[in-house]
Amino acid sequence: MTEKIIMEAKDLSLQADGKDILRGISLQVYPKEIFGIMGPSGSGKTSFLRLANHTFKAREFSTQGQLFVLGEEVLEGDVAIIPLRRRVSMVFATPVVLPSSIFENLVYGLRVQGITDKHVLEEAAVKGLKAAILWDEVRDRLRTPAKKLSGGQQQRLCIARAMAMSPKILLLDEPTSGLDPISTFRIEEALKELKSKHTIVLVSNNTKQIARVTDRCAFLLMGDLIETGKTGQIFTVPKQRKTDDYIAGRFG
Amino acid sequence: MTPKRSEHIALGLMVSGAFLALAILFFIIAVIMIKGLPHITLRFLLDNPMDMGRAGGIFSTIVSTVYLLVVSLIIAIPLGVGTAIYLTEYTKEGLITKIIRFGTECLAGVPSIILGLFGFILLVIKLGFGWSVLSGGISLSIMILPVIIRTSEEAIKSVPASYRDINKVLGGTRWQGITRLVLPSAAPGILTGVILSVGRGIGETAVVIFTLGTSLRIPFSLFDSGRSMAVHFYLLAREGISMNNAYATAAVLVFSILFINILSYYLMHRFVARRR
Repeated sequence: MTEKIIMEAKDLSLQADGKDILRGISLQVYPKEIFGIMGPSGSGKTSFLRLANHTFKAREFSTQGQLFVLGEEVLEGDVAIIPLRRRVSMVFATPVVLPSSIFENLVYGLRVQGITDKHVLEEAAVKGLKAAILWDEVRDRLRTPAKKLSGGQQQRLCIARAMAMSPKILLLDEPTSGLDPISTFRIEEALKELKSKHTIVLVSNNTKQIARVTDRCAFLLMGDLIETGKTGQIFTVPKQRKTDDYIAGRFG
Repeated sequence: MTPKRSEHIALGLMVSGAFLALAILFFIIAVIMIKGLPHITLRFLLDNPMDMGRAGGIFSTIVSTVYLLVVSLIIAIPLGVGTAIYLTEYTKEGLITKIIRFGTECLAGVPSIILGLFGFILLVIKLGFGWSVLSGGISLSIMILPVIIRTSEEAIKSVPASYRDINKVLGGTRWQGITRLVLPSAAPGILTGVILSVGRGIGETAVVIFTLGTSLRIPFSLFDSGRSMAVHFYLLAREGISMNNAYATAAVLVFSILFINILSYYLMHRFVARRR
């Protein structure tokens, strides 16, 4: 695997609870890009993300093929899971803020590493907030309960919390699905800023969002990878008929 | 009988049933207060019993009761919360969890007099702890364990699953998730269970009389015998020693339970308010 590829699936298949979730997916994610994964719900987008940081949940599941994340095959048994999760952070569709202050939310990932140095924690918190473009809105009230923030702010706090750990990759699972257009716009702006230093994988079933913010993308349909490539190309001259139908809104 | 008429009769019966239950409660409390309150003085609370409880106060029985409850909670809380954590966080639903749950249900169903006898035979005699705070504390902890397990389990289950997800993606271990997120969020519920069990323990006589004994002296060491307020009340009334002091003791008991409930309610609300 070359150094230019930060995440790569090679003929990756996944079965869980007796069903095929992914069938022979092969794709690459390059450093410092926003890689989009689009497709109707149930296509395996979230499952793919969750495999990458070892948070896939099912009673029983099995995989074939390979999935490299930061040069490491993560589907093998002996991968160090917790260090992996610190380098590959994730934000969910619904914002989950912990029942503590904004500050404590931001530094949770550092606290569980055993970091107690106040300066280190504060630095990380500020860094996270600035990365998620939330700093100006909350700088004076870091000690107030995080649940008092608005929905859009809460989701940006979740991104900030993930960024406070300085991950190499940020996985976003439909981060704006429950938000209004203005909050969505703010998050998209934040993502565009972030890609100068980080790699982002954005899952969304909002094709317009994929078109707006991603550099390259993949189209998953019911576990099959239909097409992957430069976003501009996919949205103007898709190679597959199904892709054309999906982005034109004829189904999905 | 018309349907409307039977509806009225059913409703009437249910309402009177509800009021009867309430009336019984008030009657009991009223009797205890009317007969007990006049005999409660500061000296009654702070003097040790004299002449088998005919005279003096109940100070040593208050100390025994608190001591007993503290020891039993020290044993039952870690065991109970630990079991609840294991059942909810570390196992999948299956045969093992079913067996553990069935076991705790059975434990809850064991009559307290049997637990008392068990404690007497095993702890007091076999293990040689004698009638003591230790024997009483262990026996009482067995009695309250099911309550603590069940309430803790419910409290832990009600913590949003997403907190555990967040702990995971932020690189926390399962144990860190439990200690930093799950237990703090479940604390009010667990506290409710602890208070319920304090309420049960404070009024328990069968277990206590067999294991703590009936000594009227203040217990200092874990191996000293003592007499809880409930047992003291029982003996005063049963032996006809002093009905006045018996009612006064009962009134103190009722007030303690009331006080514990109000205090815990207050603490719980403060706790919840701070975390929201």
